[in-house]
Amino acid sequence: MAGLMAGFGHYTHAVVRGIPASLAKEALRTSQAEVDLAKARREHEAYVEVLKTRLGLDVVELPADESLPDCVFVEDAAVVCGDTALITRPGAESRRKETEVMKGTLQDLNLNIVEMTDENATLDGGDVLFTGREFFVGLSKRTNQRGAEILADAFKDYAVSTVPVLEGLHLKSFCSMGGPGLIVIGSSEPAQKALKDKRVIPENGMMSDTSTAISQPTVKKRKCTPDT
Amino acid sequence: MTTEAGSETEVKEKAEESAAQPDQSENATQETEEVSNTAEEEKGKGKEKEKEGKESKGISRYLPTWLKKQKSQSQTSPTKEAPPTEESVGKVTPEEGEPAPEVNGHAEEVEEKEEVKSEQVKEKEAESHSSTSADTEPAKEENVEESAEKSPEETKETTEGEGAKEEKKEQEGQVTAEGEGGEGQTSIFQSPLRLVRKTKMKVVVCRVALLDGTDFTCEVEKRAKGQFLFFKVCEHLNLLEKDYFGLSYKDTHEQKCWLDPTKEIKRQIRSNNWQFAFNVKFYPPDPSLLTEDITRYLLCLQLRDDVASGRLPCSFVTHALLGSYTLQSEVGDYEPDIPRPLDLVGQLTFAPSQNKEMEEKILELHKSHRGMTPAQADTQFLENAKKLSMYGVDLHHAKDSEGVDIMLGVCANGLLVYKDRLRINRFAWPKILKISYKRNNFYIKIRPGETEQFESTVGFKLQNHRSAKRLWKVCVENHSFFRLNAPEPPTKARFLTLGSKFRYSGRTQAQSRQASSLIDRPAPNFERTSSKRISRSLDGAPVISITEASRDMAENGREPHLELHSDSKVKEVDLSPGDTEALPSKSPGGSEPTLSQSRLRVHGDNIYVRHSNLMLEDHDKTQDEVLKHQASISQLKRSFMEAPPPSPPQPNQWEKRLTSSPATIRSQQQQVTPEVEIEETVVIQEVSRATKPGLVTVTAGSPAGLPAEQETQEQNVRAEEEVVVQEEAKQRKQESVSSESESEEEAEYHPNVHVTICHTRIPEEKEEEEEQEQKEDDKREEQQVSAPDAPSLPAGACQPAVEASPEESRKDDTEAEKKKNEEEEKEGEHEMEESTEDPMLTPDEVPIGLIGVAVPVEEEEEPKMNGEASLVEVDPRPQVICCSEPPVVKTEMVTISDTFAAQKTEIATKEVPIVHTETKTITYEAAQLDGNGDGEPGVLMTAQTITSESLCTTTTTHITKTLKGGLSETRIEKRIVITGDCDIDHDQALAQAIKEAKEQHPDMSVTRVVVHKETELAEEED
Repeated sequence: MAGLMAGFGHYTHAVVRGIPASLAKEALRTSQAEVDLAKARREHEAYVEVLKTRLGLDVVELPADESLPDCVFVEDAAVVCGDTALITRPGAESRRKETEVMKGTLQDLNLNIVEMTDENATLDGGDVLFTGREFFVGLSKRTNQRGAEILADAFKDYAVSTVPVLEGLHLKSFCSMGGPGLIVIGSSEPAQKALKDKRVIPENGMMSDTSTAISQPTVKKRKCTPDT
Repeated sequence: MTTEAGSETEVKEKAEESAAQPDQSENATQETEEVSNTAEEEKGKGKEKEKEGKESKGISRYLPTWLKKQKSQSQTSPTKEAPPTEESVGKVTPEEGEPAPEVNGHAEEVEEKEEVKSEQVKEKEAESHSSTSADTEPAKEENVEESAEKSPEETKETTEGEGAKEEKKEQEGQVTAEGEGGEGQTSIFQSPLRLVRKTKMKVVVCRVALLDGTDFTCEVEKRAKGQFLFFKVCEHLNLLEKDYFGLSYKDTHEQKCWLDPTKEIKRQIRSNNWQFAFNVKFYPPDPSLLTEDITRYLLCLQLRDDVASGRLPCSFVTHALLGSYTLQSEVGDYEPDIPRPLDLVGQLTFAPSQNKEMEEKILELHKSHRGMTPAQADTQFLENAKKLSMYGVDLHHAKDSEGVDIMLGVCANGLLVYKDRLRINRFAWPKILKISYKRNNFYIKIRPGETEQFESTVGFKLQNHRSAKRLWKVCVENHSFFRLNAPEPPTKARFLTLGSKFRYSGRTQAQSRQASSLIDRPAPNFERTSSKRISRSLDGAPVISITEASRDMAENGREPHLELHSDSKVKEVDLSPGDTEALPSKSPGGSEPTLSQSRLRVHGDNIYVRHSNLMLEDHDKTQDEVLKHQASISQLKRSFMEAPPPSPPQPNQWEKRLTSSPATIRSQQQQVTPEVEIEETVVIQEVSRATKPGLVTVTAGSPAGLPAEQETQEQNVRAEEEVVVQEEAKQRKQESVSSESESEEEAEYHPNVHVTICHTRIPEEKEEEEEQEQKEDDKREEQQVSAPDAPSLPAGACQPAVEASPEESRKDDTEAEKKKNEEEEKEGEHEMEESTEDPMLTPDEVPIGLIGVAVPVEEEEEPKMNGEASLVEVDPRPQVICCSEPPVVKTEMVTISDTFAAQKTEIATKEVPIVHTETKTITYEAAQLDGNGDGEPGVLMTAQTITSESLCTTTTTHITKTLKGGLSETRIEKRIVITGDCDIDHDQALAQAIKEAKEQHPDMSVTRVVVHKETELAEEED
């Protein structure tokens, strides 16, 4: 994967966080399916293993915090691009504290930290799609316009566009990067609508539809630096 | 061509000189002989023939003048033709650096630098002569025109190999002919020199701010075109890949505008402020594809300024990285020896918000660049800068349809829309079908998506008409440059260039790349002097700054610097192929033969183009309106058909079109419009004005541009609408009313008229952008207002009006249009539309008119009325008419539609007194308690008139009840006519009347008393 991604950044680090036991019952859910905690942890271990051994990333593992049932989803707590890390202000009140540990971790990686202090702003990293050339920010239940503006301020090198996310949790609930210049987007109605409404056409990019919406387990935090 | 190249081997080094010389020689010949234009051409031909045995006479005729010149140059060196006096003039110019007041043709001067000293001596002698030679100019100009006509063909003939010729052409183009710009640009080059020599042309000192922070000053003949100055600057910079650059100036509103190379400078700058800036106009998406380091260096300088000023935002890290490359480029390797490196860095500005932290980061990164050459550092700088999202994005303030502030960004890829810091939309060029503007509105028509059936048009509001047009032009130019292989097909190009200023006239990126691929000069030495503080030069090249070099060159043609120039020229020659292409397009369609050919094409396509060019789209008009006008339009068309122009388009085609679609019909009217459509996007193309006289007749008609590619019914409709507008404009003209200013659409049409009127003057029209607009608006107006030759004045007059109009709400415009229509139709049809507004107004107005001099108990404020009236006053005349004449009122209504009825009434009252000059009118006005004056028409509830008579008084009372904003208002106006002899105490009678009025209406207040005294028999009352 790293090779494929070379076109839009070079990933050096991955930040992960353990799964707290509270995830099963206290985490924010969009559906009420049962969570098999043990299985989730096994999958998480496998995931971390791949990051370490297969992709050769420098993986920073953070301990789970039982008071933060959603802490495993580190993607939402920060957005890292180049040497800059934007510490977000998650849309869910219960998740705000997740950023504290993340901030310290990223500081230790010598990243320039930008914090989202505006109390009117919310942003979940899951709504941020970086194509290598530009950002797309989904305006969802968790992310608002102000949050997108602050992100644009933090990453001035890149264009930042907003995309309405009418259904589903995050922008990246139905789309993701499939490779350099390739956005993979689901075929669900809200996904297609977001695509059409905002003309989410990456610069010099292609677009491909998948028959089924892709939802990624968002448990990884990656650091990418632009190629020079 | 090939022959020339051969001959030029020697010449190449002196290419500059040679080019200049031929002109001189020609000029000299002209002057001496004062032969007619034809004579000159013949001579030129003869010269060419001599030199170039290969070319046949016929070809030589067609060869553009500049070609002739070149040939002549080779000859001139032998000194065959060149009359001493004339040559001397050209030589004088070579001293560019020096403030030579006399020199007109700067470009020539530069070229001539290399000429032999002996020649210089002659030149000096000649200088004195040159001043006297004014008489010859006209003839020369004519010649130029002819040559220009021929030029297109010639250019085609010229092969790429003849780079030198091409270059020369470009130079010529720079010089640009005077008023006759219509002719080929090629001629232009010669003309300036000639002009200078012959008539002592007025010379103006231009100051051009260069990217390295220095100023370049040079003298330019007052009527020189933008190209001339631009080429001078490029020559000064030793820049060959100049297509990415341009000269900008600040207009009277401090807005940055691009100097149009094809138009006279003085017509563009308006303020007589000859200050310019040399800037990157088109940011190459991939700077690594540029051929020369010097080009990249200049691009770097521009970007450094963009970054430091904040125009190109970037992150902290990027700021530091770019700064470090800048340091490496300018200072070289990091040297630990430097005592206080931070001081050095601190002297440079890398970012809008630069701090110590950033400077330390810059130094840190600078260390890592050790061993990197300046050119490499520049390349790295560009590689990082080009990735920035705002790289090359030209931002314009605008509002969306809901009035929200946004920014519109134009770049190589298309149009971007920003709100705050977010990019809310982007329209890639392939998605855009048409770009247009109307007044302060800017529109883009979007290609329908796969699942969509209809195109959509997105509109934005700009601050004013000027900014809308400026944005439109930027779009046209960017699209042309980045998306097209060539500005336009040669044949079409001619026409286009002739008529429309808006088209991009330079080379496209593709052409520029092709041309630069032929550059084979050794990399020119240049000093990186952007940060003057740094004294040492990394390149090892002579430390002489560019400016210095230029001076040297000017002074001594043979200095080492001069060599560089010569090289550059040679290179230019190589480039020429690209130039040639560009030239044809530029070359004025003036040549008649070409016109005929072109016309055929034009007919079909033209319509669309015009449309776009004019920006005529009448969004306001309904299809019904359009349809109404079609009948009249079709008549025009037919009449036009009947009297075809000299080189008439094929009637069959015309008719077909007519029958096929209304839009096509209009196309007939237009003569010259070339198609601009590009496959992907039809960028707006300006209407090209046909030079043909025949067209003139039609011109009044409508040259409506139809979108050629997608001729949807909608488009047709629009075209029709446009046509209508034109007609209206005609009517207006007849009326001589100034209303024209209101609708730009009309203006668009005008250009045609101009063309038709004076062929020769076409160039001028082109030059004046604004004028064109105005022209477009009201062709006739312009004619009336100003002679074509004196465009500046008319333009000025027209413009103000235009500007005013944009400010007015669209309603006004639409109304104005309606008025026009009415006038045209004799107020038949359109009045209906207006009528809607009228009902409100009428009630008030009517009573007022009657009351005239009455003593209104309650009245509205007059002042407002006046003020509004003035505001309304795009067309002062109509208003006046209204006041004086009741029937006129309707027209007023239309114009004033925005104004309130109350105002109208006031006007009426005031005027009445005016009408009766002999009478005295005294107005007592109480502070108004109510908002009557607000001008709100309100709704008429009731109205009654009561008349009572006594011995000496007749009282007429008007009672009107109106409903305004939920409040009912009763207004009583009493008109008391007191008649009698001197015995009567009028004051007392008046007091009595007022008293009675108060008694009758205790709950009302007297707001105004107007005493109107009429003393016919000299009986004084007071």
